[in-house]
Amino acid sequence: MNVTVTVNGVERSAEVEPRLLLVHYLREVLGLTGTNVGCDTTSCGACTVHLDGDSVKSCTVLAVQADGSEVTTIEGMARDGVLHPMQQAFMENHGLQCGYCTPGMVMAATALITESEAAGRTLDDQAVRVGLEGNLCRCTGYQNIVASVLACAAGELGDGTGVQVRDGQGVPA
Amino acid sequence: MTATEPRTNESPAVTGTRLLRKEDPVLLTGEGRYTDDLQIPGALHMAVVRSPFAHARITSIDTAEAEASPGVVAVYTGADLADLWADQMPSAWPVTDDMVNPPHFPVTQDKARYVGDAVAVVLAESNVAARDAVDLVDVDYDPLPAVVDLEAALTDEVVIHEDAGTNKSYTWDLEIDEAAVTKAFDEAAHTVTGKFVQQRLLPMPMEPRAVACVPEPFGGGVTLYSATQIPHILKVMTAVTLGMSEADIRVVAPAVGGGFGSKLEVYAEELLCTALAHKLKRPVRWLEERSENAQATIHGRGQIQEIDLAADADGKVTGVRVRLLADMGAYLQLITPGIPLLGSFLYCGVYDVPAFSFTCTGVFTTMTPTDAYRGAGRPEATYAIERGMDLLAREVGVDPAEIRRRNYITTDQFPYTAVTGLEYDSGNHESGAEIALDLAGYDDLRAEQEQRRSEGGTKHLGIGMASYFEMCGLAPSRVLASLNYSAGGWESATVRMMPTGKVQVVSGATPHGQGHETSWSMIVADKLGVSPDDVEVLHSDTNISPHGLDTYGSRSLPVGGVAVALACDQVLDKAKQIAAHQMEASADDLEFSGGVFSVRGSPDKEMPMAAVAFEAFTAHDLPDDVEPNLTAQVTYDPPNFSWPFGTHVCVVEVDEETGAVEVRDYVAVDDCGTQINPMIVEGQVHGGIVQGLAQALFEEAVYDADGNLSAGSLAEYLVPAAPDVPTMRLGQSVTPSPTNSLGVKGVGEAGTIGAAPTVINAVVDALSHLGVTEMRMPASPLHIWEAIQAARGGDGDGLTAEQTTDTAGADRDAPSDSVQADQGGAS
Repeated sequence: MNVTVTVNGVERSAEVEPRLLLVHYLREVLGLTGTNVGCDTTSCGACTVHLDGDSVKSCTVLAVQADGSEVTTIEGMARDGVLHPMQQAFMENHGLQCGYCTPGMVMAATALITESEAAGRTLDDQAVRVGLEGNLCRCTGYQNIVASVLACAAGELGDGTGVQVRDGQGVPA
Repeated sequence: MTATEPRTNESPAVTGTRLLRKEDPVLLTGEGRYTDDLQIPGALHMAVVRSPFAHARITSIDTAEAEASPGVVAVYTGADLADLWADQMPSAWPVTDDMVNPPHFPVTQDKARYVGDAVAVVLAESNVAARDAVDLVDVDYDPLPAVVDLEAALTDEVVIHEDAGTNKSYTWDLEIDEAAVTKAFDEAAHTVTGKFVQQRLLPMPMEPRAVACVPEPFGGGVTLYSATQIPHILKVMTAVTLGMSEADIRVVAPAVGGGFGSKLEVYAEELLCTALAHKLKRPVRWLEERSENAQATIHGRGQIQEIDLAADADGKVTGVRVRLLADMGAYLQLITPGIPLLGSFLYCGVYDVPAFSFTCTGVFTTMTPTDAYRGAGRPEATYAIERGMDLLAREVGVDPAEIRRRNYITTDQFPYTAVTGLEYDSGNHESGAEIALDLAGYDDLRAEQEQRRSEGGTKHLGIGMASYFEMCGLAPSRVLASLNYSAGGWESATVRMMPTGKVQVVSGATPHGQGHETSWSMIVADKLGVSPDDVEVLHSDTNISPHGLDTYGSRSLPVGGVAVALACDQVLDKAKQIAAHQMEASADDLEFSGGVFSVRGSPDKEMPMAAVAFEAFTAHDLPDDVEPNLTAQVTYDPPNFSWPFGTHVCVVEVDEETGAVEVRDYVAVDDCGTQINPMIVEGQVHGGIVQGLAQALFEEAVYDADGNLSAGSLAEYLVPAAPDVPTMRLGQSVTPSPTNSLGVKGVGEAGTIGAAPTVINAVVDALSHLGVTEMRMPASPLHIWEAIQAARGGDGDGLTAEQTTDTAGADRDAPSDSVQADQGGAS
């Protein structure tokens, strides 16, 4: 089947098997390997991406279901060589160690902030914890992940880490 | 030509600061490359056919239908592959001369011995084609009885490895002075006995294992990419097992998504991909699925412990006696038999104990092999002694904090030679405990507890503590020799000043989340007076770092980091000679500060390190006996283990009616000596505590009586999520190690070692006034209910804590719906 998905702002089309999962479409067809796979039961959230603005576990969406949609992956978060505020918050608060859950955490956390703002809710420690319940981390004990998300939500970021990263889309030409 | 600015004389030390991690930008933007992210054109994908039976004879395997499946290139049974192996899979720790180490090959031939044992492999042009074909391999099994009960296994009623004739692998004793132990117990005013089950755990790093082996385009060698903690050890062991030359194997560990001991291993899939890539001259790759990980990656813990404590009338411990039954699983993996030995030296905890004996029997079962999991033997030991100390406090009638105070090795006793013969280099237990207790508000908590108990109610406040010593920084090679371990414990580092003044560090330690690149850069920055940004750390590739013993046992900093510091010292010594020559001064008159050599008494003469590096590179004007370039390679063999220590305090609310445990507060003081980067230290402690807390409250690799792993995916195995765990509060204590020049100790495992006994002591404390004295881990609602029922004299099905402790891992008496409720209720 043919699917056309706008990924990190770039429209991509491909012929895929109907059973192909969105995460495998991103990783294997588009070569966007920043989105990780950590389980086979939709439990870990490592594969979280944004689908039309909502955070979804891309192991639980078929590529064909994303036809005509916009997808943002971790590769699409940094812009103009500068980390997204959530990425910066994770760096400044040591919210990652091995980094494997991190792309999913960052995607889930940014969606959590968007959703909370839309609903007029203020995020506190417990709300962040509950909001990230679907994303597992085995390294950090979550404490610094929660701190990262709260810092980002409160706009409490350092004056830039001076870190230059590769630009945005991450989609191979 | 100097591209870097020397730091000024006023530059503050970099070590000790919360420098942000160099590793992060790549990992945060999805640019990190884990093994399965590698694009490898033309690779064949391997999938493994695994036994669905715990114990079964393989009577026939029909591969025809799988071979005919689209995309399939080959299907191999164990017999097809037998000629590829020069030796069986490695077990590097023959703990006794008569240890039984049965045949173990990447694909079994005669029998399957656990659910997940490999019986065939499929190679196909895509992962999907390989996985599809797995279901088409027709294996006939003749099922045999499973062996999931450790004590039953010892009866040899069902023998798993027939040629061995027994399920016992070994009995290892640490008998120092049995007469002294006997005397201690004969003369004791108080004795207590604890029987504890260390349930099996699944390590569950977020990245499952992945392997890719790529033949070199010429020369016959291969590059093995693996999500491993131990590229160097893997290289040697792969060469030995496949009968290949070491020179033909390069091992690379790309970004590795956590390990926790489970990637300290030589796995069947690594050997299979290498052997098949070598044989077929095509790249072969394999990716583990999570449910496969639960079966095919080693498990942790799996012990039944019995500990006896003897004490005098004041509760001063006079003797400790330990008997262990350790679950090896179906085969011996890399260091399976040695894990209980690593713990054996810590069963006296942080206490001044004059008499001690230890015996451990390793036994085979029809379950996944066990091996190192965060702490590896030491959390188990600490759990036993710290639960034992709480039992003793109750027996003597004093507060748990007080019984510990009476027994701590005091600060003035260090260096302290333990009854085991090991020397503890430093410690400050009383002080560490006081900091933790004060931070927790211990006295107020006890007052609140008393008040609430007097008021009645069904929600009970519990306060638990545990103090620990951690034996890490593995390890002095001579000590490893005395334990029959088949390798040393040194680590290698090379430090090179480049012509531009930048520094390249090659480390034999191989990180998988610990931040070595940042910490090593900080050490170098202070030693050589450069910016940490100008330090490049290379690692995890056996061609770049040919010497190394990798990362496990909280060894990276106290062994590998110290090696880096010592190499810097050598670079500095040589640079000093060159600078003295250039400035026409005596080396003895030179000072080095902030990256600049200066001559004492001649303020106008100075030479930045970068300029010295350039002179060393051009070699136009060096002293006669000095070689060009500023490079030093150091192999550091630590003279002692590293001995971090600490005290944790946990406050829980236990609901008697629902069995729910709420962790109200968690306080930890973990003293790991001098901290290179406190931010990284805190991260290690947080993660460690949560893994220990998870053993105490949530996790268990439950097997049923037929040997099926019934918690075999992340849907059933309860790795805690953010709402399940508390915010931790960390207190400060810094007691530098006198053993190494940096004053550092390991920290990776400490949190885990302290946490499980702390949490269980709190849960038992909460219910102690109901008569509860024991709690089977995890302290799930079911186990709490059972413990309360037992304390009330038992009813219903007669389940008691004692009775359910007779198997490790197999909660066979519990109805399956209760196990489900247990899992669900704990979240």
